[in-house]
Amino acid sequence: MIAFDYLRAADRDQALSAAQSRDGARFIAGGTNLLDLMKLQVEAPRRLVDIGALDLRQIERTDEGGLRIGALVSNADLAAHPLVRARYPVLSRAILAGASAQLRNKATTAGNLLQRTRCYFFYDPAVPCNKRTPGSGCSAIGGFNRIMAVLGTSEQCIASHPSDMAVAMRVLDARVETVLPSGERRALSLDELYRLPGDTPQIETHLQPGELITAVLLPSPPTGRQTYRKVRDRASYAFALVSVAGIVSMEQDRISGAALAFGGVGTMPWRDRAAEDLLVGQQPSRALFDQAADTVLAAAIGHGENDFKIPLLRRTLAAVLGKLTETVA
Amino acid sequence: MSEASITMDAPFERSLLDTAPAPLVGTSVSRVDGPFKVTGQARYAAEHGSGDLAYGMLVRAPVGSGRIDRLDTAAAEAMPGVLAVITDARLIRNGGDFAGAAAPPHGSRDVVYFGQPIALVVADSFERARAAASAVRLSYERKPGVFDLAEVLDSAEPPTNDIFGLFLIHTEQGDVAGALKQAAVVVDEVWTTPSQSHAPMEPHATVAQWDGRRLTLHGSYQSPVTTRDQLATLLGLETAQVRVLAPFVGGGFGSKLGLMPEAAAAAIAAQRLGRPVKVALPRQHVFEMTGRRPATHQRLRLGADADGKLTTIAHETITDQLEGEMFFEPAGIATHLLYAAPNRLVDHKVARVNKLLGVSMRAPGEGVGQLSLECAMDELAEKLDLDPVELRLRNEPEVHPETGQAFSSRSLAECLRVGAERFGWTARNRAPGRCRDGEWLIGHGMAASARGNLFGPAKVRVRIDADGLAAVETEMTDIGTGTYTILSQIVADLLGVALDRVEVRLGDTDAPTSAGSGGSWGATTAGSAVYAACEKLRVMLAEAAGVTSGNAVFADGMIVAGEVRRPLSELVGNGMVVDGATAPGTSNAHFSQSSYGAHFCEMRVNAVTGEMRVARWNSVFAAGRILNTKTATSQAIGGIVFGIGGALTEELVHDVRTGKVVNRDLGEYHVPVHADIPDIDVLYLEERDRLANPLLAKGIGELGVCGSGAAVANAIYNATGVRVRDFPITLDKLFPGITP
Repeated sequence: MIAFDYLRAADRDQALSAAQSRDGARFIAGGTNLLDLMKLQVEAPRRLVDIGALDLRQIERTDEGGLRIGALVSNADLAAHPLVRARYPVLSRAILAGASAQLRNKATTAGNLLQRTRCYFFYDPAVPCNKRTPGSGCSAIGGFNRIMAVLGTSEQCIASHPSDMAVAMRVLDARVETVLPSGERRALSLDELYRLPGDTPQIETHLQPGELITAVLLPSPPTGRQTYRKVRDRASYAFALVSVAGIVSMEQDRISGAALAFGGVGTMPWRDRAAEDLLVGQQPSRALFDQAADTVLAAAIGHGENDFKIPLLRRTLAAVLGKLTETVA
Repeated sequence: MSEASITMDAPFERSLLDTAPAPLVGTSVSRVDGPFKVTGQARYAAEHGSGDLAYGMLVRAPVGSGRIDRLDTAAAEAMPGVLAVITDARLIRNGGDFAGAAAPPHGSRDVVYFGQPIALVVADSFERARAAASAVRLSYERKPGVFDLAEVLDSAEPPTNDIFGLFLIHTEQGDVAGALKQAAVVVDEVWTTPSQSHAPMEPHATVAQWDGRRLTLHGSYQSPVTTRDQLATLLGLETAQVRVLAPFVGGGFGSKLGLMPEAAAAAIAAQRLGRPVKVALPRQHVFEMTGRRPATHQRLRLGADADGKLTTIAHETITDQLEGEMFFEPAGIATHLLYAAPNRLVDHKVARVNKLLGVSMRAPGEGVGQLSLECAMDELAEKLDLDPVELRLRNEPEVHPETGQAFSSRSLAECLRVGAERFGWTARNRAPGRCRDGEWLIGHGMAASARGNLFGPAKVRVRIDADGLAAVETEMTDIGTGTYTILSQIVADLLGVALDRVEVRLGDTDAPTSAGSGGSWGATTAGSAVYAACEKLRVMLAEAAGVTSGNAVFADGMIVAGEVRRPLSELVGNGMVVDGATAPGTSNAHFSQSSYGAHFCEMRVNAVTGEMRVARWNSVFAAGRILNTKTATSQAIGGIVFGIGGALTEELVHDVRTGKVVNRDLGEYHVPVHADIPDIDVLYLEERDRLANPLLAKGIGELGVCGSGAAVANAIYNATGVRVRDFPITLDKLFPGITP
């Protein structure tokens, strides 16, 4: 950890100006990821602006029938909220499938979205990593890559996005509400928030320097069944090898709506509209589910130890779609 | 001061432990040190140090094989708070042997593994030391290295020695090749196990302080005297100049037996700076600088006749280790004695690699060797269409199958029978892959367990002070196992005092030297020395009371014999002190001594994803007298969890390009978590081993590890019909073989 200064902002304006007045400033809330990275000198911010005192801890109904979740709402509180449990169960399930109770108590909604990859090589400054040290090379390519991504990768980076919550947010069409240093506000879909690694894997989002996420907006609850299925190496406290968030509605014996998002496989929380479109209007069948998997995985690239994620995603997706479309007697 | 010694040269027909009127030994007693731990009063290694404490951070080599040309420390030295950057030639390359006084390798500029400590940065705070450590620049020449055992199997050679006579390198009897040709049924397969990390809860840490020419270490050590002796050799000191203290140790599992890099570095830095220095390893350094269980490549060949009688057992292991290091993973260690067969071969070879030091890890040998042997037995049973329990019973030897020695005690057959009964084994479906509950396939597996019982020299001091308070002092440690408690129980029973009238002081090399915590021998060895001292104290107390000790009963702080009834406090004067000692004798040399057990488990395997869950578990053990059923059960459960981790999740991954430990934190080195472990039922059978020691007890600390992973693997096969012989059995190796 290198020396940094620390400011505890009393309000939003203070936070924005404190972050703007020094290069290399970072906002800190729960700190469950950033502090670990600072100890290892993977992250070395010159200034930490603590936003813990900001009034961003409410969960409110929106006029559109959705929810506005304050950026500082803890993962534990969000998962346990009655409206979330009742109307967005995929979100509760995804959150509770991640981390540990202690971490969920401390981690925040916005912080979860912005957590960084768990790539082994990103975490070790002694070895090359384009995400940590641009241009130094990627140790995961040609190295042990069991937990890495198979979708959205580039020749510079194959690190997977680790979040469970973000996968559920993606399937729910969540948007982040931000405020720019100028005071201007904007809202971004998760598609607009995240960036693929490309040639700049060190830049993970489209947020501008000093831009602060203030809330996550959920649209009105989707129709249909929701589920989150996470496949991992042990029963708790492990990142997803593959996860599937699914929302499917049926009319008669046909699929009338489908939303699917995937964790553990992508360099960002993954969604594939083409696969969803393919399902709509069809009768559920194993062949149809395989077609959907073919679509999702069309561009998938394995790197050796992570090859298994491709067939594992296929199997998991089929099982999830089977459950979401099965007729209840 | 009086002395008393017991050498095991004859069966111990009568143990005084069986004469206590209200015995605590053999019952469930909560840890006497528990309240200290849960209230934060137990000070662990890194919590020591006074106001002028300085903090050290080791600098690691960023190359797996090479030679350092130049270390540039100027930038680090210029950073705020930095007191020194130490590149002393006595900084050790890797940890020391698990016993002995030899100094570990040091003084070379050669780098032989990625992460090797090459310098120590000392600063006025931990954070500043850590920051400066990353500012040390070095230039090095890269050399070719060997980073993968699989690539150098052909280069393996016999180990250079037999590790203090504990491990047999090669044994051979009969005609293995000929017998396999004749056998009705043969299993011939290869099992592999990866490097594993001990991952104790408490990271390695040392606080070193010099007082003139005397050095004191507060640290986390399983065997303080080994750390002392190796450090004294390294620094050219008399052992009397070094005092090592480790009263509380948060686990070790073998990784804290020898001198480790942090202790040497702290001692050197404290000398150089003239102030106390703490070196507390961050978790990443524990993974890459302390030790690992070596990877193994094991070929098992079993031959049997049509009735399921083994004709041949051949267990050939190739394991990996750093150049010049003597330890090897003795995977065939239990294969010598578990089953009868006239034609036998147990062989070990070592291939040299550029990876972190290989050291003993909980049940060295058995921990991974019984994975292969007990899985091979399961495969043999299937080929014979014989129940795997029955197969083991048919091959139960009368005497040690290699040496012909009698067993001091052996209740394996009873463990198998009782375990099968408790588990409901006969109700299992023998055909694999046939039992299903929705997406979940259900299977049952079992394995036998054996762990050699060791007995070593140990000394303790037992005193009774004028108030009748008893105290034990010994260098012996409690690494979370329950030593404080069981030694207290033994004293309480033998001297007839209440448990809270006994104080046990552990982990100090200024106290009489014991055996340390390792190899499952601490309780029996240190406990027997306490026994010897208490036996002598009873005689002295009886003499003081004017009675014969043989007729006396010690209870409630009194000695009672006929009409005589005297409080101990009246008899001890200013206090009585006895140094008790034990030494192995002919009983240990002439009889085969091991603890035994049997594991039975139910596994659920998800047919879609290959995810595995342990659903049900019964283990039955026989290990002589059980000193404390509560701590012994905890030990067994901990061992079983260890075995489950080895079977399903634990793999210390080395980068094949550099040997670097890839998964160097607990987020990615997966030990089982609570959600992975069901209720584990443990039963200890009544047994007394009169040839083992005066307690009639045998070791238990590692027994749970032995065979438990094989029970898991066999249950997974029964659930799925898929045999995975490349441990750990992660889901990616399993699901491709299962129809969802």
